[in-house]
Amino acid sequence: MIAIYTLWVREVKKYFRSKSRIIGSLGQPLLFLVALGFGLGPVFKAAGRGDYIQFLVPGIISMSILFLAIFSGISVIWDRQFGFLKETLVAPVPRWQIMIGRTLGGATVAILQGFVVFGISFLAGFRVVNFAGLPITFVFMAFIALIFTALGTAIASVLEDMHGFQLIMNFLVMPTFFLSGALFPLTNLPKILNAIVRVNPLSYGVDGIRATLDGASQFGLMADFWVLFGVTAILIAIGSYVFSKIQV
Amino acid sequence: MENIIEIKNLTKKFKEITAVDGISFNVKKGEIFAFLGPNGAGKTTTIKMLTTLATPTSGTILINGYDPTKQQNEARASFGIVFQDPSLDDDLTAYENLDMHGMLYKVKAKDRKERIEQLLRYVELWDRRKDLVKHFSGGMKRRLEIARGFLHHPKVLFLDEPTIGLDPQTRNHIWEYLKKMNTEEGTTVFLTTHYMEEADKVCNRIAVIDHGKIIAQGTSEELKASTNTNSLEDAFLALTGSEIREETVKNQAMSGRARAWRR
Repeated sequence: MIAIYTLWVREVKKYFRSKSRIIGSLGQPLLFLVALGFGLGPVFKAAGRGDYIQFLVPGIISMSILFLAIFSGISVIWDRQFGFLKETLVAPVPRWQIMIGRTLGGATVAILQGFVVFGISFLAGFRVVNFAGLPITFVFMAFIALIFTALGTAIASVLEDMHGFQLIMNFLVMPTFFLSGALFPLTNLPKILNAIVRVNPLSYGVDGIRATLDGASQFGLMADFWVLFGVTAILIAIGSYVFSKIQV
Repeated sequence: MENIIEIKNLTKKFKEITAVDGISFNVKKGEIFAFLGPNGAGKTTTIKMLTTLATPTSGTILINGYDPTKQQNEARASFGIVFQDPSLDDDLTAYENLDMHGMLYKVKAKDRKERIEQLLRYVELWDRRKDLVKHFSGGMKRRLEIARGFLHHPKVLFLDEPTIGLDPQTRNHIWEYLKKMNTEEGTTVFLTTHYMEEADKVCNRIAVIDHGKIIAQGTSEELKASTNTNSLEDAFLALTGSEIREETVKNQAMSGRARAWRR
């Protein structure tokens, strides 16, 4: 278990050391919060949907976690290129422990980033409706962080270099974010879009966070919980497997 | 003397290329063993198979009595390795890099502290222990990696071209460290290098690999005598020819690129 702890500490330490990374990865969520939140707010209100900032913030928190989690997972490629990966691959511990340590570390960092965005959202006028729900909110944040760090790790384990990076951004990360209900309500959607949203695990994370902070759930909290629990377990299992098969 | 490494009919094939072609040799406990060969001859691939980073296509390996394909963790605990390319975490300090290594190898906290201080003083990096590794020169990184390789008291230390790209001062120091650790702690040293003169001075026994096959092995004197030459370099050229080799294996193309990162 000390291997898991060691790799976890490494990820967290590196996060706190890299101020530019902390600030840099805040840029995009804040831009979305300000541009969409205030830009589309009047339209949302006119449509009789209430306060858009209240609706949007859970989506933006999820987005910041999604991005950082994927990047933390993908850092396996950097470690491969800069050589450090080999040092961990020859260590006398099972490789799945290395993977779990990295994933927990990356997820921790992503959750911390989520907290920062959460904190800033209060400045934009966000209000928590139900404080008793907060601990459950954190559980959903953790699920999103774990799922996408594990996914990033799994993808990075089979890629050799950063050439596939643009592909991952445009065909995985962006669609996951935009087609998740982070930005728009999931009622009366076209059939195809509705189907895509329902197979996207992030939708359940956003829904869970929104339900616990603002009180309105689309799928039901139990459904959110069990879907995320299942996907987390599957992706960590797949990630551990492909990571343990890496040959350098 | 007892064998610490035993290799029998070891083969590694990548699609069409046979990188290592049925090699067999032994390394004795406590010796400094040089594994020489032109670029692309199969040295790095062999080291990868010995250190659990690649699976052999066929053949058997025993390291300290363990089979690295089956008893991976026992085999891994038996060796230390200094890779051809740097493998430190640049965003951590020198001390943190060693500390993390010690934790992964389950060295107890108190022993770890003492051992890290001993080794950092030894490679003359103790004063720089709190500096981030990204501010280190190539030679400093190499010395740190050697300290790291010895940290968990391995039975064998593998070094893949440990002195490549370094100035003569640093190279001499590195050979001194290796010789001293070899005599004081009895660590077997298995290394590859292109500096024949250095191999000649330091190593007890030598194996020469070319086109994936072992073409000669013995002491430096034996190799010189069998090829009727006066220096190890001439013996090496007599054995492997003087043509330039193309590096064919894809991993080596990658390591070349990674080397450009090293300062």
